This record gives sequence, structure tokens and C-alpha cells, in this order.
Amino acid sequence: MIEIINLCKSFEDHLVLDNLNLNIQKGETMVIIGRSGCGKSVMLKHIIGIMKPDSGQVFVDGLDMTRLNYKELNDSRMKFGMLFQGAALFDSLSIGENVGFALYEHTNLSRSQIGKRIKECLEHVGLSGIENLKPAELSGGMRKRVGLARAIAVNPEIIMYDEPTTGVDPIMGDAVNELIVELHDKLNITSIAVTHDMISAYKIADRIAMLYEGKIIEVGTPDEIKNTKNPIVKQFTTGAATGPITDKKNLLD
Amino acid sequence: MNLLLNKNNSANNGEEDLRLFGETFREVRGWPKAIGGKFISGVGYIGGSCILLAQTVFWSFAGPLKRRHTLDQMSKIGVNSLPIVLMISLFTGMVLALQSAYQMQKMSAEMYIASLVSLSITRELGPVLTALIIAGRVGASITAELGTMKVTEQIDALEALATNPVRYLVVPRFLALTFMLPLLTIYADITGIFGGYVVGVFKLGISSNMYWRMAYDPLIFKDIFTGLIKSFAFGMIIAVVACFQGLNTEGGAEGVGRATTLAVVVSFIMIIAADCFFTALFYFVYTV
Ligand SMILES: Nc1ncnc2c1ncn2[C@@H]1O[C@H](COP(=O)(O)OP(=O)(O)OP(=O)(O)O)[C@@H](O)[C@H]1O
Ligand SMILES: [Mg+2]
Repeated sequence: MIEIINLCKSFEDHLVLDNLNLNIQKGETMVIIGRSGCGKSVMLKHIIGIMKPDSGQVFVDGLDMTRLNYKELNDSRMKFGMLFQGAALFDSLSIGENVGFALYEHTNLSRSQIGKRIKECLEHVGLSGIENLKPAELSGGMRKRVGLARAIAVNPEIIMYDEPTTGVDPIMGDAVNELIVELHDKLNITSIAVTHDMISAYKIADRIAMLYEGKIIEVGTPDEIKNTKNPIVKQFTTGAATGPITDKKNLLD
Repeated sequence: MNLLLNKNNSANNGEEDLRLFGETFREVRGWPKAIGGKFISGVGYIGGSCILLAQTVFWSFAGPLKRRHTLDQMSKIGVNSLPIVLMISLFTGMVLALQSAYQMQKMSAEMYIASLVSLSITRELGPVLTALIIAGRVGASITAELGTMKVTEQIDALEALATNPVRYLVVPRFLALTFMLPLLTIYADITGIFGGYVVGVFKLGISSNMYWRMAYDPLIFKDIFTGLIKSFAFGMIIAVVACFQGLNTEGGAEGVGRATTLAVVVSFIMIIAADCFFTALFYFVYTV
């Protein structure tokens, strides 16, 4: 379904992705873990073709996202829903217009049909009756959930969540986890979720992949990751301040 | 011993010199690279803006227009800028009349003030001043808006939602600017001439009839037309520079500030340069 092959990306001299390889099956929920700044968000942006790699390929349903022409790329993007780390709501539009953006732009649905869909999506994330507010009037966690509503509004086949539960209160965070699980179970949606929250990772994941120094160093089911022998993965999942990751260099560098 | 020390010293000095020389050499050797880098980034800037212009023109014709956005921008850019444009052109017309009166009165040629004001306003000051005002007022706000969208990932989000940022954001602003700037210029021309009239009639005692005659008689279609062509081009310049800077903003709030400043500076320079170019062009084409 999604196949990342030898993906490399650097910003000036800073190598972020270094021959990254990863396969994601149709209908599975893949959770990506890794330290802050290791390139998780960059990887997601490569999958949807917003960033261009220095080398390597990303296949989505057999199409190479890095080489598609403009129209093909946009057609492929219609399969995706993406929740950005900072929600990235359009501040000039109302919440309703944000959630229904892709529907207004790319479908022939009537306004009332779109309005219904917007309401439905907002209810999914526990927000209703805020269609006419502007993003600036919401709290950070609420924006995140509106971002989530926008991502699911087009009934995508693939959803990418960049830290869906960060900045959301624990109860709502769990509701978001349930929503992700529900979308996966009922609609067989392929999901890629980036998270730092191991509890949520174990809960939603079919498989977990750890990104470290530009490469995927381990992929496995939640149980396999819990009982991993790889000391780097072990240190990360248990959240220990000392271990092979931090021995290499000073933690605060 | 002394000698040895001296020698030693001089050897040290030599080494020091050599080191200094080496450093200077390295620095000098770095210059071409630095100059080359500037050159390449300059070329990249021009190239990038040209590509953006081409894409904008392409999307202006291809595919349906975002009518609501374009109208929104037109009202933001045109209607909301009208007061300041009118005010500045009125004062400019008055100042122009007063300053020329200083000279003309010596030759008892006050009535030519009317022609002088109307010609310099329509041919030059109307288009250029309006463009500068709009570059400062609208260009800056476009860059700040698009720049903020860029650094908060809203541009990425647009693309992720399969929407072309050029088509969605740049085209409405581009069209609004290229059409509204000439319109604003027409208003500026009229109020500028009126400013001259106020001074001429109430301060310098030219009769009202005489003033209008002297203002309109020398004015031919070409004067107004070339002024409007200029302002059409200025509108394109402002839109492309502002949008280009905005879409290429990097580095958070500080980056937005930097991009906005740069957008205003670059559009000012480009407007004046283009003005010079067009004036020369019309001069040779019409040989006037
Ligand atoms: N547009 C960019 N320009 C330059 N460098 C960038 C850019 N985007 C990301 N980077 C760099 O790439 C690296 C990875 O960034 P990324 O946002 O993918 O981290 P992340 O793994 O998502 O971290 P976090 O968990 O904190 O979100 C960072 O070191 C960052 O400095
Ligand atoms: Mg991130």
C-alpha cells in the first residue's frame, strides 16, 4: 500500500532522513515513534508529496509520489487525510469552512450536504456547534481536534496523524485513540500515526516503527516492541534518561 | 643568545605572518564563493519570481476562478485603500501647485501651473505614488499573511488538501492588484488635479474656468494611457513580489518580519526601476 524506499533528505548540511525504508500494509495502523527532531513529520510530508526527497521513492498504491505530475499528485492526495502537528487550520476561514474545505473545493456536493458532513465530523471529535467560530477563538487542543475532523471529512483511505493526542486532555486523548481505532476497525482505513505517547501507541498500533538517526531501526507489533532486545528501542519505550541513545552524546546537545 | 632570541622571534613573526597570510588568503579565496552565492541567490530570486508570475498567469486563465476570493481581495485592496490614496494625491497636487507657483510667479506664468500639475500627475506621480502606497499598505500585508500561513504549515495543509496555493492564494491577489491599481490611479489623477485646482484658484487667484482649460487642454489620451499601463505593470510587480516573499518565508515570526520588509523594499526598487524603463520606452516609442 505505502512503500518507502531508500528515502534521503537533508536540509543544507543536516541529514534528516538517511536511506529510510518502510512498508505499510493496507488497513493497518502504523505508529511511528522516535525522538523529537528525528524527522517523523518530515517523513509524513514526503509520503503525501509536500516535500521532495533528495533521493529515494515513496510508492502509494503503486504510484511514485516523488515523480507524479501535478494533476496525478493531487488525485493521489485526495486519498489522504492529514492531521498536522500544529493543526494548521486556515485562520481566515471559519471552523466549518476548514473542516469542509476539501469538500467545497473538490466535490460537487450541495452546501447542505457539506454542512451535514461537517457537523458529523465535528461530533466525531467531540465538538459541536462551533462551525461559525474562527480558529483563533479555540484552544490548542480544540484546534487539534478540528484538524482531525478536517482530516477525516473527505472519507480518506489513508490518514496520517501527526501527534493526535499531544495538547489534548487525557480523557479527550483517549477518545481520539478510540476514534482512530474505530476508523481502522470499521472503515479499514490505513493509518500512520506519529506519537510520543507510548500508551496511546500500544493502544492503537498494529505495528510500531522506530525512527532513529534517519533510519527505521525496528518494526514490530506492540508486543514485539515491548519485549524488544534492541537497547535503543528499549530505552525509548521505557523512557529512561540513561541508555545507548543518551550515552552517545550529551542529552542536551 | 640575544641574536638567537631575535632570530627565534623573527621566525615566530614569520610564522605569524604566514598564518595571517594564510587566513587572509583563505578569506579572499572565499570571496568568489560569497559573491557567487549572492549572485546565485539573486538569480534564484529573479527566476523564482518569474516562475511564480508564469504559474499565476497560467492559473488565471486555466480552470475556474475563485470569484469570491478575488472579489474579497478587490475590496480589501481597492476599496479599503481609496481613502489614503485620495488623501495623498490631493496633498501631492496641492504641493505641486505651490512649489511650481514659486517659480512660475517670477515669470508671471501662473496659469501654466494647471498644465504642469495635470501632466505630471497623470504621467508620473499618480501611477508611481499610488503604486508605492499600495506596495506599503497591501504588498506588506499580503506578504505577512502568506508568510504566516507558510510558517504555520497552512500552505502545506493546502497542498495536502490537493489545492494549489498559487491558484487559491496568489491568483486572486494578483488579479485584484492588477485591476485595482489602475482604477486607484484614475482616482489619484483626478484628486491630484483637484488639489492643484484648490491651490490655483483659491491661493493663486487663477480663474476657475481658466484652470480647467489649462489643465485639460494639454492632456491627451496618451498621457493618461501610458500612466495606466505603468500602474498595470506596477500592480503585477507588487503582487508577484509580495506573494513570492510570502510563500518563501522561513523562520517563524522573525522570518515573517524579514520577508515583509524585504517585500516592501524590493517592490519599491522594482517599481521605480520599471517606471524608469517604461518612461524611457514611451519616450522613444512616441518620441515625445
Ligand atoms: N523546512 C525545514 N527547513 C530546515 N530544516 C527542517 C525543516 N523541517 C524540518 N527540519 C529539520 O528536520 C529535522 C526533523 O524535523 P521534524 O519536524 O520531522 O521532527 P519530528 O521528528 O517531527 O520532531 P517532533 O517530535 O518534535 O515533532 C529537525 O531537526 C528540523 O530541524
Ligand atoms: Mg513532528
